Amino acid sequence: MSYELIDHTADFGLHVKGNDANSLFVNAAHAMFDQITDTLVLKGIKTEHVRAKGDDWPDLMINWLRELLYLWTGKSLLVKVVVIDSLSKYQLSSTVKVDCFDPNHHVIKDEIKGVTYHQVLVRGGKGGWKSKIFFDV
Amino acid sequence: MELKQIDKYRWELSKTGSMRVPGIVYATDEMIKGDQQNEPLKQVANVATLPGIIKASLAMPDMHWGYGFPIGGVAAFDGETGIISPGGVGYDINCGVRLATTSLVEKEVRPKQEDLINALYQNIPSGIGSTGSIKLSISEEKKVLTHGSRWAVQQGFGIDSDLDHTEDSGCMENADPDVVSNRALERGKKQLGTLGSGNHFLEVGVVEEVYDSKSAQVFGLFEGQVTLIVHSGSRGFGYQVCDDFLAYMTKHVQKLGFELPDRQLACAMIQSKEGIRYYNAMACAANYAWANRQILMHISSEVFSKVFDIGPKDLELNLVYDVCHNIAKKEKHVIDGKKRLVCVHRKGATRAFPPGHASLCDAYRPVGQPILIPGDMGTASFILVGTEKAMEETFGSTCHGAGRVLSRKAAKKKSKGRSIHRELEDKGILVRWSGRSTLAEEMPDAYKDISEVVAVVHGAGISKKVARLRPIGVVKG
Repeated sequence: MSYELIDHTADFGLHVKGNDANSLFVNAAHAMFDQITDTLVLKGIKTEHVRAKGDDWPDLMINWLRELLYLWTGKSLLVKVVVIDSLSKYQLSSTVKVDCFDPNHHVIKDEIKGVTYHQVLVRGGKGGWKSKIFFDV
Repeated sequence: MELKQIDKYRWELSKTGSMRVPGIVYATDEMIKGDQQNEPLKQVANVATLPGIIKASLAMPDMHWGYGFPIGGVAAFDGETGIISPGGVGYDINCGVRLATTSLVEKEVRPKQEDLINALYQNIPSGIGSTGSIKLSISEEKKVLTHGSRWAVQQGFGIDSDLDHTEDSGCMENADPDVVSNRALERGKKQLGTLGSGNHFLEVGVVEEVYDSKSAQVFGLFEGQVTLIVHSGSRGFGYQVCDDFLAYMTKHVQKLGFELPDRQLACAMIQSKEGIRYYNAMACAANYAWANRQILMHISSEVFSKVFDIGPKDLELNLVYDVCHNIAKKEKHVIDGKKRLVCVHRKGATRAFPPGHASLCDAYRPVGQPILIPGDMGTASFILVGTEKAMEETFGSTCHGAGRVLSRKAAKKKSKGRSIHRELEDKGILVRWSGRSTLAEEMPDAYKDISEVVAVVHGAGISKKVARLRPIGVVKG
């Protein structure tokens, strides 16, 4: 998976990479859920549609991950597959395959309280796209 | 950043750039130096740029790198012209600690130590996203948000005198459930009476040493006595309130005409419609947390009664005090000789009111407010008392705990090949936990030495040591 963990005294962050903006946003979603659970055992049985808006790329990234995190924290859904249906600097629309949390089948690794603006970065160029996101855990 | 030593325990971060006031950090020479302090010091400086900040951007000796504000940060803003910031409170609104004493002494508890810790672990729901036996309708949840600890006591989880021994009597004024999102309400419905995960815990301890016998007597503490500490907060409800308002205020703040050094410091003017909405929503989360800790203490009390086969009257599980660590409070403080209303943000910091303060109950007014400072699970916790000097220097605030020195990843790495629970058992401390990496992440090596942190606030005079507790059993989420 195209991400690395960043050390932070209180919490943790992710360095995510993608060939383009689309794959960066998909990889960020997968990286976050990879911290929450063992995504390999997920099947992606149900479908959810997730939209997000932002003032710029970093704001869009934070709001997108916020919406996905709420699938877990608010609806007890774990994300397996993400497909971006449309993406611009200011909004994103996606179709997400999820499983309902089953404590007998799913391991929860870490609690994420929030996706923060702390040192958030989203940058794209010829060499690809990258993002840095910190989480409150 | 230029750092000047003021005295043995205080350092001034000079006012530079867009800082409106200097920074003042409470620390020893050893604590303040080293690369780990660069980021939190930058955050102290960032907080100093916010409108309406009074006197200084402060940091306690347990300071570490947070989001927006440093953890261990304290800042007061003018009640008329200042700001209020969700980033200055944090995600776990009114994360806090309560301490209860019992009539039991260590030698009575040791033979049943394992039964007690196992029973606490089985009866207190803990771990990520844990849900409890209390399922609230939305209308009942709104009563919790409005009344806090009093709601819990009315439901039979405790007694009236518990309220006197809780900061703000366990209920912040102006809580308005109508400004809270449906998402927050949904998350709050199932989590009341649950411990949570991460650094939240229940700790059974023993009073090991009393430093101030007068205050200890007033607080009902004696050497050898068995105690209970509950550390938890507002659970998913509070995280959602913080997240909702951060999202909203990052947009709102763009209209206010000042630059933020960090988006996580998004804020609103305290007297604006937006500032009032956040304050009233935050108060709901604060009340949820107080009700939560009240319930957790009551369930623990029932467990003690069952394990030791004694009734509540003989157990005498009395609440000493309940303090919050993450909060913004409207308080009156004397600034340049005049009493002013200010909004004190304490993010990983504890209120430390002195003897005689009107906010304290009659029993504690002669000695001052009890302050509860938990350490890591293998060392000690401290009970302190508030001082007049805290009112003069730190808006009546002090430290909140040991403060992390290792990231969770670094702690896991350091724990490899070690059996943390066996190491603790060798020290006479039984641990039960639910998260698979909790024990490694929360190992004693991950935290600063609590004794050193407490020595700074004691030495600086912003609180005074009353007693030290030694853990004998811990339940972690």
